[in-house]
Amino acid sequence: MPTTTIAGHAVEVNDEGFLTRPDQWSDELGSELARLIGIELTDDHWKLVHFLRDDFAEQGETATLRRVSTRTGTPVKSLFELFPGKPAKKMAYVAGLPKPKGCV
Amino acid sequence: MTTQTDRTPETAPFVPSFDAPESQGRKLAIICSKGNLDMAYPGLILANAALGEGVETHLFFTFWGFDMINTKTSGDLKFTMLGNTATHLPQGLGGIPGMTHLATSQMKKAIADLDVPEVPEFLDQIVASGGHLWACRMSADMQHLTEADLRDDVEGIISASDFIELTDGAQLLFI
Repeated sequence: MPTTTIAGHAVEVNDEGFLTRPDQWSDELGSELARLIGIELTDDHWKLVHFLRDDFAEQGETATLRRVSTRTGTPVKSLFELFPGKPAKKMAYVAGLPKPKGCV
Repeated sequence: MTTQTDRTPETAPFVPSFDAPESQGRKLAIICSKGNLDMAYPGLILANAALGEGVETHLFFTFWGFDMINTKTSGDLKFTMLGNTATHLPQGLGGIPGMTHLATSQMKKAIADLDVPEVPEFLDQIVASGGHLWACRMSADMQHLTEADLRDDVEGIISASDFIELTDGAQLLFI
């Protein structure tokens, strides 16, 4: 498992660059992960990132875009605006979680 | 894949290439020609997945696929055992009155249990994700339907050649 240094912390990542150990994540690291993919986190972003963290802790898997939308009451359109292009993957990356496995 | 960490462990963090140029400009066209509940989902799921990957996605509804965007029918698509050997039940069962209703309810429940939306809501999600819906001119004429009969977010009733033209360079799926 490769490691990389983000915001001065050595973290384990998979071959795509996603963090593999949720316990190595912190808010500080989340901000830096977002910056690395060109996103400046606002309160709206944080609400989603923290939902993903909490939901992962409960469910043991990363929420899909639909689950994020329905559980947080955020319209899908807003998710695409906040995390442009590949919202589900980008959100998971910023939250230090694996990319979602679910289809929908 | 060679990671940046292999080369420059200290300086450049290894970051997923979400917006790599080679992944830009991909386009997908999906032709939905079926009006059965079970055959509506493959196109919807693939369209949704493609949009989530940043792929420009166009759906073209033709023939029985019109039932997916006709507001009178889109929430009421059905699943039948008849002619579907994959249920592995005697075909005669499928002809018993009420069997299509039962099979439809069961399939809808199975889909809902996976937190997958019903067809109209799924199309809402696809449009919210930036997907484009198009209706087939010939099917509209055959069924005497106009834009007033279709979802408001259908962008137009267009000919097959119009669709081919606007999906120039796209990968194409026929369902």
